[in-house]
Amino acid sequence: MALLEVENLQTHFATLDGVVRAVEGLSFKIDAGETVAIVGESGCGKSVTSMSILRLIQEPPGKIAGKINFRGRNLLDLPDVEMRKIRGKDISMIFQEPMTSLNPVLTVGRQIGETVRLHEGLTAQEAEKRGIEMLGLVGIPAPERRVKEYPHQLSGGMRQRVMIAMALACNPKLLIADEPTTALDVTIQAQILDLMRDLKTRVGAAIMLITHDLGVVAEMAERVVVMYAGRKVEEATAVQIFGNPQHPYTRGLLGAVPKLGSSLQGHGRTKLTEIQGQVPSLRQRIVGCAFASRCPIVTDVCRQVAPAVEAKTPGHYVACHYAERAVAA
Amino acid sequence: MNPKAPMNASRPLLEVNGLKKHFPLKSGLFGGKKGYVYAVDGVTFAIDKGETLSLVGESGCGKSTVGKAILRLIEPTAGEVFLAGERIDNIPISQLRPMRRRIQVVFQDPFSSLNPRQRVRDIIAEPIVNFGLAANGSELDDRVAELMDKVQLPRDAMKRFPHEFSGGQRQRVGIARALAPGSDIIICDEAVSALDVSVKAQIVNLLSDLQDELGLSLLFISHDLAIVEHLTHRVAVMYLGKIVELADRRTLFATPHHPYTKALLSAVPVPDPTAKRQRIILHGDVPSPINPPSGCRFHTRCPFVFDRCRSEEPQLRRVAGGQMSACHLDEVPDVAVIPKAA
Repeated sequence: MALLEVENLQTHFATLDGVVRAVEGLSFKIDAGETVAIVGESGCGKSVTSMSILRLIQEPPGKIAGKINFRGRNLLDLPDVEMRKIRGKDISMIFQEPMTSLNPVLTVGRQIGETVRLHEGLTAQEAEKRGIEMLGLVGIPAPERRVKEYPHQLSGGMRQRVMIAMALACNPKLLIADEPTTALDVTIQAQILDLMRDLKTRVGAAIMLITHDLGVVAEMAERVVVMYAGRKVEEATAVQIFGNPQHPYTRGLLGAVPKLGSSLQGHGRTKLTEIQGQVPSLRQRIVGCAFASRCPIVTDVCRQVAPAVEAKTPGHYVACHYAERAVAA
Repeated sequence: MNPKAPMNASRPLLEVNGLKKHFPLKSGLFGGKKGYVYAVDGVTFAIDKGETLSLVGESGCGKSTVGKAILRLIEPTAGEVFLAGERIDNIPISQLRPMRRRIQVVFQDPFSSLNPRQRVRDIIAEPIVNFGLAANGSELDDRVAELMDKVQLPRDAMKRFPHEFSGGQRQRVGIARALAPGSDIIICDEAVSALDVSVKAQIVNLLSDLQDELGLSLLFISHDLAIVEHLTHRVAVMYLGKIVELADRRTLFATPHHPYTKALLSAVPVPDPTAKRQRIILHGDVPSPINPPSGCRFHTRCPFVFDRCRSEEPQLRRVAGGQMSACHLDEVPDVAVIPKAA
């Protein structure tokens, strides 16, 4: 049985301008110890998915439907008390902006200690000891001193290390990392990605990595789910996604990403592949394929019938009427 | 370069010599000076007509400050800036207008850099009106329409407000505004950083096309090396207020010289899960520009540091690969490897 099984997830928000369908019928699985990346551009619903799993969406205006089975229990059916026991313990989360997600008036030791005191009933002294241990684990020098410091005394990279220390303090089964390195500089990003890979082998947690950076995906993920307008358009192993992308959107996305060193082959400046047009509004119900308005191989069928997510080869799922044709095009 | 030298046509369009910007740090109620933030500390480069120079580096390296100091949005502390041979860093603010017609800027955030109360037409028309470049209303309208075509905005966008557009389209409005006074050089300060991948590609291609069409020069300030590689001619890598390496695109990406450039390039994640690369992971954080390290500013994180780096600051000079680099290490192979005949 998979560790996490999301089935037909629908997260909608009631706004003054109508219902925003942020996530529309998303299904995927994460096995124990696996790293799965959820990729997509702003507004594709990847962050809302992670918030829905932890039930951090305020209801109303939000509304979550479908099933989120975590170790056999549907998280959507759990009472709040039970859900609180899961957050920070079995499933924990690293947020994008380490400055705003840490409490500025508490020491980092206190913040790391909070989760272990709540979930494991440790005393303040034990919690501080665990805090020092965790800071050491995430590679912060002089953890005995740092544990007593406040977030503003740390650099951006160190703060993100503290966030990771907090998330791992209770040995979670699933770690949701929502754009964990987007706010960091590349050399610091390299440090943090290196740390996450190293910790994963040591702690054995499954990671759900949410990102828009395909480079980060290629470095971290075993499996990739590509989202567009709240839907899954393609899912496969990282090697398949990058080596043999089937959905026109995935292909467009990969073409639009500049690759370092690519100018060395050709002469002069190279052109990036563009995806024409804009992401459709999520306020209207989308008839047919969500990508139809921007797709280079669109036909009338696409505008009328939404393609189902089908396995094109074992383990490679694509939601496109013309997946094979897309390869030939 | 000698500032008293006579102007001539062969001079680069923009020259920056030893540019410095030190921000005073004040403390206490009466604002006694506590020290300085050495944001930019002696930066020299030049940009030719029709050329793109990219300034790359991590946050806090001073790359945006360089752009702002050239535009005189902040006053430089020291150094010289020449536009087409004319010195512009020390002329009074009142005489800056002609220079501002020629140098324009596109900012990072297309949400805060456009006036939410102005219609797109008025945003683009403002520089034309300001510099008196249109004789009458209909000429102004023609000019605005032409600019909107250039940046591939639909004509019906004219009557709309910035909030009605997506990030990419707003950035197109920003670019049209920068082109409006017939500028020679545009400073793009992280102009595509806030955009999504597919939209980023559109804007990068647009900038390249406009450059080819209009012979524009671009100073492209960015932290994204992969994007820079696609539209630049030359690259200057900055670290803690100094340029550590300056090279043409091919040389920099194929044979980087400075240890910081090498680390920076190797840190960029490559979208290919089968790629096997030797990664250089730098330890520690960038030191504070308030109290920069002695000697070479990179010595606290450099994997090849030796004694001389801690005491003596390396100068930016030409090295074997053809690029300019500021590293003591370069001297060693220079002497040992290059035969006398060369």
